[in-house]
Amino acid sequence: MLTIRQTRLAWLLVLPTLLVVAFVAGYPLAQVFYYSFHRADISFVEPTEFVGLKNYIFLLQDPDFRGALWNTLRFTVVSVFLETVLGLAIALVIHSNFRGRGIVRAAILIPWAIPTVVSAKMWQWMLNDIYGVINVILVNTGLVANKIAFLANPNTVLWAMVAVDVWKTTPFMALLLLAGLQLIPSDIYEAADIDGASKWQQFWTLTLPLLTPALVVALIFRTLDALRVFDVIFVMVGVNTATRSLAIYNRQTLIDFQDLGYGSAVSVAILVIIFIFVVLYMRVAGKGVRGED
Amino acid sequence: MLVVFIVVYSVFPFYWAVISSFKTSDALFSSNPSFLPVPFTLTHYQNVFSGAEFGRNLLNSLIVAGGTTLICLVLGVMAAYALGRLRFPPKNAVLYLVLAMTMFPQVSVLSGMFVLLRETGLFNTHAGLILSYMLFTLPFTVWVLTGYFRGLPRELEEAAYVDGATPMQTLIKVMLPLTGPGLVTTGLLAFIAAWNEYLFALTFTIGNNVRTVPVAIASFGGATPFEIPWGSIMAASVVVTVPLVILVLIFQQRIVAGLTAGAVKG
Repeated sequence: MLTIRQTRLAWLLVLPTLLVVAFVAGYPLAQVFYYSFHRADISFVEPTEFVGLKNYIFLLQDPDFRGALWNTLRFTVVSVFLETVLGLAIALVIHSNFRGRGIVRAAILIPWAIPTVVSAKMWQWMLNDIYGVINVILVNTGLVANKIAFLANPNTVLWAMVAVDVWKTTPFMALLLLAGLQLIPSDIYEAADIDGASKWQQFWTLTLPLLTPALVVALIFRTLDALRVFDVIFVMVGVNTATRSLAIYNRQTLIDFQDLGYGSAVSVAILVIIFIFVVLYMRVAGKGVRGED
Repeated sequence: MLVVFIVVYSVFPFYWAVISSFKTSDALFSSNPSFLPVPFTLTHYQNVFSGAEFGRNLLNSLIVAGGTTLICLVLGVMAAYALGRLRFPPKNAVLYLVLAMTMFPQVSVLSGMFVLLRETGLFNTHAGLILSYMLFTLPFTVWVLTGYFRGLPRELEEAAYVDGATPMQTLIKVMLPLTGPGLVTTGLLAFIAAWNEYLFALTFTIGNNVRTVPVAIASFGGATPFEIPWGSIMAASVVVTVPLVILVLIFQQRIVAGLTAGAVKG
């Protein structure tokens, strides 16, 4: 009797969430798929017309899409790699016991809490070609002879974006990895010490393998986040082709070009790309993650 | 040494924004800028708040982020209690659905959401933004709160049942007070996510009536397109960031716990 009543109550409690999910994810997603097979403009001035795979065929031949994909992949691979290395280093530092580790943990939360738009503006100011503090420091310390226009030079601008993203999101990585480190029992290190293993050996043979599940989860989160990068690039340099990411190109097709049909096809393509990454990660590290359950 | 480097690296950009916001324009555009806010001025803050616009943006952000948090917590607690504590056969299916949604790229539903908000007349309204924010705040809230409910001891619940309480009474009178810390954490995370959101806010608002702070800061312009008011931009940035930084520092333990709970269990 109680269980039936419980199940009925459970349905009632879950129902509002399911309805909201259907409304804000299910319905819009269905719309995206629907319009990706149609010619339509976002103001619906012209009648919507079924065009089959035409949008997708165009997408495969679209150099702008390919450019955005290439930018996004470079951005993702480099920034996630740097975040992982830096995040791991920070996590190891905080994990080792020392006075004032609380201050370090508080300090690294600041970049995380700052809105991306604000962090973009702060860095845009620091990277300013004439008055930016980074150029001042570089010139005064003699590292470079002339000030660099980081955001105007197509060779540096994407890497400047990477630097800003790394600054903002490394804390998240560090915190996840720190949580992973704290799960590793400390007595295995004592055993390794007795066996005479160096700290360096302990890191590669104990820490890293045992950290793999946390590492994989952190990598998935950060990779998916980096693949949909929008704010930092859009705020700092707008729709510049040297840095245009998939998300920026997607918004541009929809809002600036008013092309609901093609924009929806781009959205579907982004979904597919992200799905591919998820499957890849799950395949590569499936054992580690499943072993944790 | 390494520790000092980590702290400086994390804090310096924000420090630089703060001192830039207090410098006079001459000092800002000096070829050898000072690392202290000299000469000190509040002009940029006065400029930011001189028009009604930025105040309006702050209010909008408060309404949208506050509304999102509130609705998220109410719906999230209900669903998480069912998923974490009640007999609910499709539990795993729902949890996987929720998990899949947390990985969902916002931009992928941009066009669909645009159509939805147009059709429902919610385009360029606070309610419309709040609704669209459920996409990324609700799944996370449900996921983390389910973890909290699961972690509560079973005895309390059983004692309540023995006393003849219904599951609903058990939730409200026994379980809810115990999840207080979890509610604070998830509420904060939802609030921060909504407060910081840019893409939807930019795309689903027109003009200043609904526009939130991130959109306003991103589009701050000077008297002419060539004149970027860095002092004012930094002042506005500090205004929106300082409350967050204070909240985060006060609740840092809980936020760290919430963030890692959301991810590690994935």
